[in-house]
Amino acid sequence: MSDGGHGDGVAWVPPPVAAPGRFAVCGDKKTRSVLCLLGVLVLILLVVSLLIGDGILALPDRLILLQIRLPRTLLAALVGAGLGLSGAVLQGALRNPLADPGLLGITGTAGLGAAVVFYWGLAAHFAPALPLGGLAGAAVGATFLLAFAGRAPSGPSLILAGIAVSALSASLLALALSLAPNPFALAEITFWLLGGLNDRSLIHVALAAPPILLGVAILLRLGPGLDALSLGEETAASLGVPVGRTLVLAATGTALAAGAGAAVAGGIGFVGLVVPHLLRPLLGQRPSALLPASLLAGAALLLAADLLVRVAPLVLPLSQPLPLGVLTALLGAPFVVVIARRAPLP
Amino acid sequence: MTWSLSLPVLSLNSHPVLHDIALTLRRGELVAICGPNGAGKTTLLRALAGLLPGTPPRDPRRVAYLAQGARCAWALTVGQVAALGRIPHRDAADAPVTHALQSCGILPLRDRRVDRISGGEARRAMLARAFATEPDLFLLDEPTADLDPATAQAIMRLLRSTAEAGRTAVVVQHAVDLAIRYAHRIIVLQSGHIAADLPARDALPALAAAFGLPFGVDPEPRLLSRDDCDLSP
Repeated sequence: MSDGGHGDGVAWVPPPVAAPGRFAVCGDKKTRSVLCLLGVLVLILLVVSLLIGDGILALPDRLILLQIRLPRTLLAALVGAGLGLSGAVLQGALRNPLADPGLLGITGTAGLGAAVVFYWGLAAHFAPALPLGGLAGAAVGATFLLAFAGRAPSGPSLILAGIAVSALSASLLALALSLAPNPFALAEITFWLLGGLNDRSLIHVALAAPPILLGVAILLRLGPGLDALSLGEETAASLGVPVGRTLVLAATGTALAAGAGAAVAGGIGFVGLVVPHLLRPLLGQRPSALLPASLLAGAALLLAADLLVRVAPLVLPLSQPLPLGVLTALLGAPFVVVIARRAPLP
Repeated sequence: MTWSLSLPVLSLNSHPVLHDIALTLRRGELVAICGPNGAGKTTLLRALAGLLPGTPPRDPRRVAYLAQGARCAWALTVGQVAALGRIPHRDAADAPVTHALQSCGILPLRDRRVDRISGGEARRAMLARAFATEPDLFLLDEPTADLDPATAQAIMRLLRSTAEAGRTAVVVQHAVDLAIRYAHRIIVLQSGHIAADLPARDALPALAAAFGLPFGVDPEPRLLSRDDCDLSP
C-alpha cells in the first residue's frame, strides 16, 4: 500500500524560502553574443555595400555614394530587416515553420499597386509615383486582409484571409498584364515584380523607412505573446494573452514592414521564410528569442544578396543585372525543401 | 478561499452544452470531473477557466489551465516550456520555475528539448508550466492521459498534496480508479448536467450509473488499481 514507493522522482517539494532571484532567461548570454555578431556583420556589409559598385571595387565620388549606393544600401538593410522580422513573427504567430510574409498577400497587393502605376505610365511624369503606388497597394491589401480576418481572428482565419487577398491581387495583376497598353509596360511590370534595388533614390528611402520602422516597432513587442502562442491559442488565452489582438498586430506589423519593403523593392521572396530557420540552430526555437536576431539577419542576408547581384557580372556572362528577387528565390527554393524534410511538421 | 461557477445554460455554436451548473470549489480540495465522452467535461473546465463567452474571466496569475493533449508547436527546452508559466506575472523569476520542475520530477531534463524526451516527460513539462505560474486554482484536462500507471499515480499524488498545501485543483479524469483513489471529491457529469457531486469515497454507485458499468461489483474487468485491492491475508 505504499504511496511513495514508485521511485519516479515526482514528489511535492516545499517552495524554497527566500530563494535568490536569478532573473536569467535560458540561453540569454548566447542570444546576446549572436546579436553582437550579427550587428557587426550588418555593419561590415553596410560598408562593403557602399564601397562596391557594379563590379567595381573603388572609392566612389560623393555623388555616386550619396545618390546611388547609399539609397541602395539603406534599402537593402531596411527591406531585409522588415522581411526577416515579419517572417519570424508570422511563423511564431501561426505556429507554422513554413509561414512567410508573402502568405498574407500584402506583398502581392504592393506589386499590384506598382503595376497599376506602370500601366498608366504615371512614373514618367512623377518619379515617386512607383513607390507611392506600391505603398497604396499595400495599404489597400492590409485593409482587405484585416476586414476579411475579422476583429479577433484565429491563426487559420488569418491565413484564409491572406489567401483571399493573394488570390485577388494575383488575378488583378494578371488582368493588368493581359490588358497592358504596350509591350514596354508589360516588360516593365514583369521586370519590376522580380524585385531589385538598382536605380533607387533617397526618395524611396524616405517613403519606405517610416512604415518599415513603425512595423518593426510593432512586431518587436509581440515576443511574450508569441511564446505563449506556441502552446496553442486556447492556452495562450489562459495565460492572459489577447490572442486576436496579437494576431491583428502581427498582420498589421507585417503589412507595414514587408508591404512597404515590397512597395520599393518589388517581390523579394524567401528572405522572411529562411532567416528564422537559419537562426533556430543557433538560438533555439523560442519565438521571442528569434525576433531581434531575425531583424539583423534579414538585413545582413539582403545586403549580401544585393552585393552578389552586383558582383555576379564579374564572374558570369550576364548582359543584364541579375534581379535580386530571382537570386533570393534561387537560393531559397532548395532551402525550403531542406526545411520541409527536416522540420517535424505539426 | 472559494471559486464558484453558476451557469443556467451554456451554448456553443447555439447548441446547449452545459445546463444547470452550480458549483463551488473550496481551498484544499482535489476535485475530479468524471463522465462519459461528450458529457461536457472539457467545456465545464473551460468555463471554470473563464475561456468561454459568458463565463466570468479569471486572473491568469491565479488560475492555471492545462488543455487536453496540450503540446508545444516548437521544440523548446523543458525549462523554457515551464518558464512560459511566468508570462501572466510578466517576470522571468527562476525560483518558481525550478521549483515547478522539481515538483514534477523533471529538473534534470531542464535543458532537453521537448521533442527529444518521452511523451510522459513532455506531459510533465506541460504540468510544470502550470505549476510555475504558482496559481491558487489548477484546471487540468486529463493530465494523466497516456501516462503509464506509475507516473499517472505519481501525478495524481502530486496534485493531491498540492491541493492539501492550500490550493485548489480540478482534473478531468477518465481513469475512474485514479479519481476515486486520489480526489477528495468527484463531480459526475452526464449529458451536460451535474449528475452527482460527492466525496470520492461515496462516488462509486454514481459513476457506475453514469457509465452503465458495474464498477466495484464484478471482479472482471479489473478497473481498480492493484494497490486498491487488499491482497494481505
